[in-house]
Amino acid sequence: MAVTVTPQQLIEALRAGDRRALARAITLVENREPAGEAILQSLYPLTGNAFIVGVTGAPGVGKSTLVSALIDAYRQRGARVGVIAVDPSSPFSGGAILGDRIRLAGSRRDEGVYFRSLSNRGQVGGLSRATGDIIHVLDAAGFDVIIVETVGAGQSEVEIMRYAHTVLVLTAPGLGDDVQASKAGILEIGDIFVVNKADREGADRTASELRHMISLAPQGDGDAWKPPVILTVASTGQGIDDLVAAIEQHREYLKDRDTLARRRRQLVERHLGELVSERLLAALQRAAGDRWRQAVDEVVARRRSPADAVRRLLSDVDVLAGLAREAGSGGGDPVEA
Amino acid sequence: MDRPIRVLVAKPGMDAHDRGAKVIARAFRDAGMEVIYTGLRQTPQAIVDAAVDEDVDVVGLSILSGAHNTLVPRIMDLLRQAGLDDVVVVVGGIIPDDDIPALKAAGVAEVFGPGSDLDRIVEFVRQAVRERQRIG
Repeated sequence: MAVTVTPQQLIEALRAGDRRALARAITLVENREPAGEAILQSLYPLTGNAFIVGVTGAPGVGKSTLVSALIDAYRQRGARVGVIAVDPSSPFSGGAILGDRIRLAGSRRDEGVYFRSLSNRGQVGGLSRATGDIIHVLDAAGFDVIIVETVGAGQSEVEIMRYAHTVLVLTAPGLGDDVQASKAGILEIGDIFVVNKADREGADRTASELRHMISLAPQGDGDAWKPPVILTVASTGQGIDDLVAAIEQHREYLKDRDTLARRRRQLVERHLGELVSERLLAALQRAAGDRWRQAVDEVVARRRSPADAVRRLLSDVDVLAGLAREAGSGGGDPVEA
Repeated sequence: MDRPIRVLVAKPGMDAHDRGAKVIARAFRDAGMEVIYTGLRQTPQAIVDAAVDEDVDVVGLSILSGAHNTLVPRIMDLLRQAGLDDVVVVVGGIIPDDDIPALKAAGVAEVFGPGSDLDRIVEFVRQAVRERQRIG
């Protein structure tokens, strides 16, 4: 599909509630097209109003069903809800089956809900590279709450911490013992723990084990947040009101303690860092040209260590002079040598 | 980098199973496409809303129930109303030969019956998307 509208027109349309414009803008941003960058640039001042809730947990614990229940709960409260659901891409073809829409309740139409399925496009950590940017687009489009559902590999889903104000970690009865939970590193990232499918046998035990594990975690100062454990049956809506109340409490907590501002600062800092490395790398590769390929060859042939090759590149005056020229011109993804 | 083709695989109407839809979804995935799968018993409106939200290049409809003569034109209408005239629509399932011309007249790019070669479907979709992008 050719882009026949300008980024500015897309922005105006999506701010006015045009879903097609919103969907187009997200595609441009996801694919890192120049128009996508222009959109992000113009939208950025309009962001910062949405509250971002992350949902993570092992496959089969009911993340998508819980997201669907949360959408309903927030809609009843009058909030507009944007959802980003990330599924893994195939390591072989790069393609993906994105099935999180299946659990979307019924076929009701609702202008107040926007749902977008994303492939992680090979990225580890439970999200796609564009997730942060797409959150910005939804934020600027006026969604009050943005729910981000991670891939759900169960382990190393820590990326979500970087984007969400409140992280929900889901589990279900009978998924493995408490050692699994601590191994997965999910205890550290959860602001709220949810034992879903709580109508199943063992739910209370799972909840008390979780509470115990949380109590063992290093405690902050006296009024530090203590992650609650909420029992839900997402398919019937049981416990969802408690969960929303817990999310609201966490939001208040963040606001009171200024943690929100601090989290935002950390996010921005990391994001800038990534952008700088990405841009500098691309610029260096352009500046170094053949010398970059030579460096790669030398490391491949084991004549030099990677660190040594980098040191040489970065002490080459010609390369550095080129880098100074290239870095300012911006744009472009790093190339593969 | 070529951006992946995004396909919505949807089952309108009252079909009881979706084995065929899942097979084709996998074939698209294995060809490097991003496939949004919506599950069983979708209304035409829900399918079109999903196509809008997900900004897909292709909608694949799988229909076994025999209701294609009502469902497909309805979906094509709604797609046009939503401004998605440039989306490639393919239909799979149990479609009598006699019904195919009318479906194509309604805007369906191709109809694939039982036993269709998966590679051929994938290649058709790829080609059709490429052509629309060129015209676009």
